[in-house]
Amino acid sequence: MMAIQGHLSLLLVVVPLIMAPIVAILPRARLAWFVALLVAVVCALLAGIQLWNIVNGGAISYELGGWAPPWGIEYRIDAVNAFVALIVAGITALTLPYALLSVEKEIPKQQIPFFYALFLLCLCGLLGITQTGDIFNVFVFLEISALASYGLISLGRHRQALTSAYQYLIMGTIGATFFLIGVGLIYSQTGTLNFADLAERLPAVFEHKTVHTGFAFIVIGVALKLALFPLHLWLPNAYTYAPTVVTIFLAATATKVAVYLMLRILFTIFPDNFVVNTPIFDLFIILGIAGILIASLYAIYQMDIKRLLAYSSVAQIGYMALGIGLASTAGVMATLLHLFNHALMKGALFMAVGAIIYRLGSCRMDNINGLGRVMPWTFGAVIIGGLSLVGIPGTAGFVSKWYLILAALEQQAWISVAVILVGSLLAVVYVGKIIEALYFKAALEANKSIKEAPLLLLLPTWTLALANIYFGLNTELTVGVATSAAQLLIGTIE
Amino acid sequence: MNELPPFILFFVAALLVLVTRGFIRNLVLLMAPVIGGLHLWFNVEPGIVMSHSILTFELVVMRTDKLSLLFGYLFCLASFISSIYAWHIKDQTQQLAGLVYAGSALGAVFAGDLITLFIFWELLALSSVFLVWARGTERSFNAGFRYLIFQVVSGVLLLAGALIHYHNTGSLAFDHIGLEGIASWLIFIAFGIKCAFPFLHSWLTDAYPEATVTGTVFLSAFTTKVAVYSLARGFSGEEILVYIGVAMACFPIFYAVIENDLRKVLAYSLINQVGFMVTGIGIGTALALNGAVAHAFSDVIFKGLLFMSMGAVLYRVGNINGSDLGGLYKSMPRTTALCLVGALSISAFPLFSGFISKSMVMSAMIEENFDYLWLLMLFASAGVFHHAGIKIPYFAFFAHDSGIRTQEAPTNMLIAMGLAAALCIFIGAQPQYLYSLLPWEVDYWPYDTTHVLAQLQLLFFSALAFVWLNKKCMYPPELHSTNLDVEWLYRKLVPKIFRQCLYFLQQTKKSVVSMTLAPVHKISHTFSKTSVAKYHLSESWPTGSMVFWIAIILALYLLVDIFA
Repeated sequence: MMAIQGHLSLLLVVVPLIMAPIVAILPRARLAWFVALLVAVVCALLAGIQLWNIVNGGAISYELGGWAPPWGIEYRIDAVNAFVALIVAGITALTLPYALLSVEKEIPKQQIPFFYALFLLCLCGLLGITQTGDIFNVFVFLEISALASYGLISLGRHRQALTSAYQYLIMGTIGATFFLIGVGLIYSQTGTLNFADLAERLPAVFEHKTVHTGFAFIVIGVALKLALFPLHLWLPNAYTYAPTVVTIFLAATATKVAVYLMLRILFTIFPDNFVVNTPIFDLFIILGIAGILIASLYAIYQMDIKRLLAYSSVAQIGYMALGIGLASTAGVMATLLHLFNHALMKGALFMAVGAIIYRLGSCRMDNINGLGRVMPWTFGAVIIGGLSLVGIPGTAGFVSKWYLILAALEQQAWISVAVILVGSLLAVVYVGKIIEALYFKAALEANKSIKEAPLLLLLPTWTLALANIYFGLNTELTVGVATSAAQLLIGTIE
Repeated sequence: MNELPPFILFFVAALLVLVTRGFIRNLVLLMAPVIGGLHLWFNVEPGIVMSHSILTFELVVMRTDKLSLLFGYLFCLASFISSIYAWHIKDQTQQLAGLVYAGSALGAVFAGDLITLFIFWELLALSSVFLVWARGTERSFNAGFRYLIFQVVSGVLLLAGALIHYHNTGSLAFDHIGLEGIASWLIFIAFGIKCAFPFLHSWLTDAYPEATVTGTVFLSAFTTKVAVYSLARGFSGEEILVYIGVAMACFPIFYAVIENDLRKVLAYSLINQVGFMVTGIGIGTALALNGAVAHAFSDVIFKGLLFMSMGAVLYRVGNINGSDLGGLYKSMPRTTALCLVGALSISAFPLFSGFISKSMVMSAMIEENFDYLWLLMLFASAGVFHHAGIKIPYFAFFAHDSGIRTQEAPTNMLIAMGLAAALCIFIGAQPQYLYSLLPWEVDYWPYDTTHVLAQLQLLFFSALAFVWLNKKCMYPPELHSTNLDVEWLYRKLVPKIFRQCLYFLQQTKKSVVSMTLAPVHKISHTFSKTSVAKYHLSESWPTGSMVFWIAIILALYLLVDIFA
């Protein structure tokens, strides 16, 4: 047992990586699903144990293949990665039970094993980014997860899915290339790729324009991955046309991992006085504010619920960017909290929308009138997720917005406070639009005979919906972990 | 066990309502207030403080003293009577909303800090609006929305005020706040909206008459009384409340007299009665505060009784316009009698409950030398008698015979009304029991010669005035009409101005803009052929524009970073 314990951090990445090709050659769709589910559950358990170990024992350093860092690749896990890894693995483990029916409905049967193989590869990439302590290794995992997600998106039912995947491919590749260019520039100045080593050697070369340029390339590349406004343009299409399960998965995990990566770069790799001497935090505040307002406005005018939620995601990423831009422990802590809570609420909402698509085959605003009355449980989950998105007290969304406002107040950033509040009001409007269509508009004749979604879809949806309420009331766990993670990150700057 | 907050009982009952049906569900609805009330009466002592930590705050979910306990008893009682009255209702939404609503009111009065108060404040709004929507008409839907907007704004103001208050003082405790600084004003206005201060009152007269028969009975009991309680706790003795209270007591009279919808008349008279309470709170002496609280107690019961009797008429006849009713005493004699008890109580006849509480406020005014305002209040008292004491029973049950023949109200309604009527008389005749529950020590007895005589004179002369005006046909006749007061601002004026502005803007656009923009058009025409514009006009943005943005951001950032 101890032997496995020691390799836990590696297993988290290796298990999905090894299982992916095995899943691909499994003969039956349901068997493939079952194996994928097992892998996801194992990963979630491993991530849980890892976080537990770290909370009780402090950071873990794992040397890949026994090569000591900085020559070998090091996996360095502290409260921040462990927290994000648990979010990723946990959401995946919740998404997979949901996937069984939804995927069977949306994807041709012979492609299903490939679908789950890609799914596991994507999971492997995302977990890898959270685990590794080597910046080139980050690039590798970034590409693994991105390539897998291009494939996943292209499996959508509509023809536009192909275009969207292609667009995402172009953009994702540009982002990854930027990242790689940046890494190359930094490497040329420091001769190392290890996070901790970089942090040590960079101060000596801070003045070099090369470092500044490298930093800019890395940050912009990651900003594109996390869909920071206005680099979000690939996201609405990708989310709209991807299979529902993929949308749930990407919305709840992919952008979150990118945000994590951004935090690492800004606060761990480039420490001390370098980052504060660049305009990066102003950039984040400006783009965050613009993202909250403009993406929310876009969301209001969308006619497709998935697309509406996608724009809302861009707005929510704006909140996270704002938290980063505040560059204080409170701000980063709010960002981490929102990372978790947004995964909960968007997960619940996209799952509920998926249930509607499962029954109706579409989720256009003009097709769903009155559906809330025949699908009361789905509708209930939409309401809870929507309230959480708006930030009603008693839901998870309130907690993170609350801390974000406190963080902004701390620095007397009144404009940011006002923007957060206005953003919530805009969220009321677009959530209200969904609820109005689902419940208050006269039911379409065709919608009256539709049945409630099957239990297998409802259970994961409601688990997430109830988690929204649970973490809105009991904040000890989330706030505790987020606070210690934020202190770890910011400890270097203040 | 004695620290169990009573709202939990109500919320558990609400969950039970979800899974039960028929008789059992009715029993749950009935037993929740009974158990809650007994729990409060026997188990709960003043002085309990129970808190629950959430985020970084200690939320005080249960804080008892004599003031909150009195409101606790009152809300359990009101919810019990309303549940009997609503016994025949099968609609799950209404039953659920009623329970959650009553539970939230209890939660609010036992809340020991502003955040807990805010949570229940919003829950009150969210649950009660379903009682309006349950009517199912287009009007009620719109009225419910306007109601919800008012209530949510009130909640937002309360939250903003609470946060600033916390920022300034470092405490969230809900005790005396006093009017100093922006935080207290925000909280004050939040309370004011729920309390139906003049100009902030229109949600009440707008939504209450549109709610269901039983819904209005619930509504009349809780929202404004929670606000009265909050004012009594947070702002007692603020002189501005005296003037606000007097205004509240006086202005609704005019609207009530010309209003045709009898439930809307009652809604106006609700504001008028709350005016007496607000005045009492503003005076702030022990006697006045006791008077305000006692008046809240008796008002819930007699106003509930009046709303119930009008509800019974609406239930049987399907119409509540004074102009269409009349002569109903022939077919609804019991309802008539019970309504009269309510009418006598609200008019403050000696031996009825209104008298023993209102006279406390009036005496306190005299003691504190508010002479002119006292005269205005006297006028308001006469006005109450006019519109609520005489007009309601007169136009519904007597007046000219409209020819409507219907049945007596259902038994459960009669029981509920009978209970309320009995309480009205009991409190009026034996006030010492209510007085002993009041939060402040005061030695007061309403039945002395001057009081009784003055009140009777007032009542008889205003009755005389009514008779005379009616005989001379000078009393405003009951007409089919919709009267708008302050709502006119946002239901008529603002939309009109808005439309005018829009029209104006359109005109401006047509003339000025088209002229000046002609060259711009030309440019934009050429521009629209460029690739950049195409990206912005299409729904999905082409890949090129994404690359464009990433280049822009990178270039700008590098420029600023390296050259700044």
